[in-house]
Amino acid sequence: MWIAYKTIVVKEVLRFSRIWVQTIFPPIITTSLYLLIFGGLMGERIGDMQGVDYLHFIIPGIILMTVIQNAYANTVSSFFLSKFNHSIEELLISPVSYWIILLGYVSGGVVRGFTVGLGVFVAVSFFVDLQIYSIGIVLITFLLTAILFSLAGFINAIFAQSFDDISIVPTFILMPMTYLGGMFYSIEILPEFWQSLSKFNPIYYMVDSFRMGFLGSSTTDFSVSIMVLTSMIVILALVAFYLLKKGVNIKT
Amino acid sequence: MSNALLISNLTKTYANNVSALSQVNLCVKQGDFFALLGSNGAGKTTMIGIICSLLNKTSGEVSVLGLEQSKNLNQVKRMIGLMPQEFNFNPFEPIEEILINQAGYYGIDRQSAKARAETLLKRVELWDRRLDVAKSLSGGMKRRLMLARALIHDPKILILDEPSAGVDVEIRRSMWEFLKELNEQGMTIILTTHYLEEAELLCRNIAILDNGKVVEQSSMKSLLAKVAKQVLILESIEPLPLVFPNFNFSIDKLDDYSIQVVLDGISISQALGELSLKGIEIEHVRSAQNRLETLFLHLTSKER
Repeated sequence: MWIAYKTIVVKEVLRFSRIWVQTIFPPIITTSLYLLIFGGLMGERIGDMQGVDYLHFIIPGIILMTVIQNAYANTVSSFFLSKFNHSIEELLISPVSYWIILLGYVSGGVVRGFTVGLGVFVAVSFFVDLQIYSIGIVLITFLLTAILFSLAGFINAIFAQSFDDISIVPTFILMPMTYLGGMFYSIEILPEFWQSLSKFNPIYYMVDSFRMGFLGSSTTDFSVSIMVLTSMIVILALVAFYLLKKGVNIKT
Repeated sequence: MSNALLISNLTKTYANNVSALSQVNLCVKQGDFFALLGSNGAGKTTMIGIICSLLNKTSGEVSVLGLEQSKNLNQVKRMIGLMPQEFNFNPFEPIEEILINQAGYYGIDRQSAKARAETLLKRVELWDRRLDVAKSLSGGMKRRLMLARALIHDPKILILDEPSAGVDVEIRRSMWEFLKELNEQGMTIILTTHYLEEAELLCRNIAILDNGKVVEQSSMKSLLAKVAKQVLILESIEPLPLVFPNFNFSIDKLDDYSIQVVLDGISISQALGELSLKGIEIEHVRSAQNRLETLFLHLTSKER
């Protein structure tokens, strides 16, 4: 089973590495532009947020946004394409268990999220003096976030019947959730109602914890964030496994 | 000889209520070269899909080398190699990678997989293209790639769904030689094809599916023996007479040098003897219609 798992992960990593001009390079450029415009040019006028200057405040959120988008994009596009070109049958006829298939694809999403996140971090380091309060918190939050969104991408790919279906969720659900999850602002500045509503958005917990890993300050207890993320991962993993085993949109 | 494949009361009804297979029973002996024939939509690909776990069955059971698929799914999967009808690989992946990955799914480590991929790619004459992406291959090459991939984990049973579709004559002949070799080494081969000549040449036993039901299952020899009627084209180097006397077979003149005869209950030598007695010497004899084709059309209702 280990060999099968390794094979899927290597295949996934080679897949996005071969097309690095589409998968790795653009998010690094886009994110650097975000930082230049929102952090560098507009940041001085905005002032401090959560006790730090605006540029340092938004960096963790922007790095995490690229992790979310890329982990999701990797599994959704890779698994959907394997359905589209029927290469998923290579796995279905083999004795690879459904858990290994799921774990392999999710790991591919995590590796891409890490690669792009690290790329953005390195790019930002050239312009900004970045401090990390706790590397442990940064890595744990990154890992849970990447796993969660890789799983979400996988479920999207199972249901997707056309290329439109793999872009609807990122555009109409993922993007608003990311932007409203406190990536560009602290939820403390919102009225009480919107603060409470933000706490139903899982991305808020990820951004908050990730920011804590960098800046050492947060608006929610880290253990609460970990609990929320872990519970969501368990739920999505069970859903993805069930759909895969049942063969929804894969087997008739 | 034990059963390589035993199918009992296999039924498949799709969600739209289309019945693809209805109470199908089929038995393939170990070491056999077996033809599964049927017109388009007869249920061949559905049956193969169920055997290879690509489709869910509605009811019935599939056993492979004595193991029930429903209770020993992974063991059954290990014993089967599939070359499907449609191309089902990632077209952007290099062909050597496709084989190595497939081996990995069966738990074969990368080093052994590489060695096996080399042997197979050389055998199907694709070694020089090993670093090219699959989409750059011609249709025939893609089929050979799928054959090599089906063999990468050394299966006991090889299932070929239309293996020679789109393959040129030369490559088809070399593929047949390879398949014969594999069968002689003990591999059970199940083949679906629309080239009835291919089935007649390669297979020892045969089943014919029609509308999701097995309408015939027997040995190729006994099946062909049922075809009493033979349609032949006979050619002479001398111009043939304008009018023919009465013979024990029907005769149609095609042109000045060739005739078509229908032999029903008499042998070719008897017919040639009768013609010779009337001074008609035949130089070439060829079959106007494949015998299996005649039978196939009859059994699948096209000429009933």
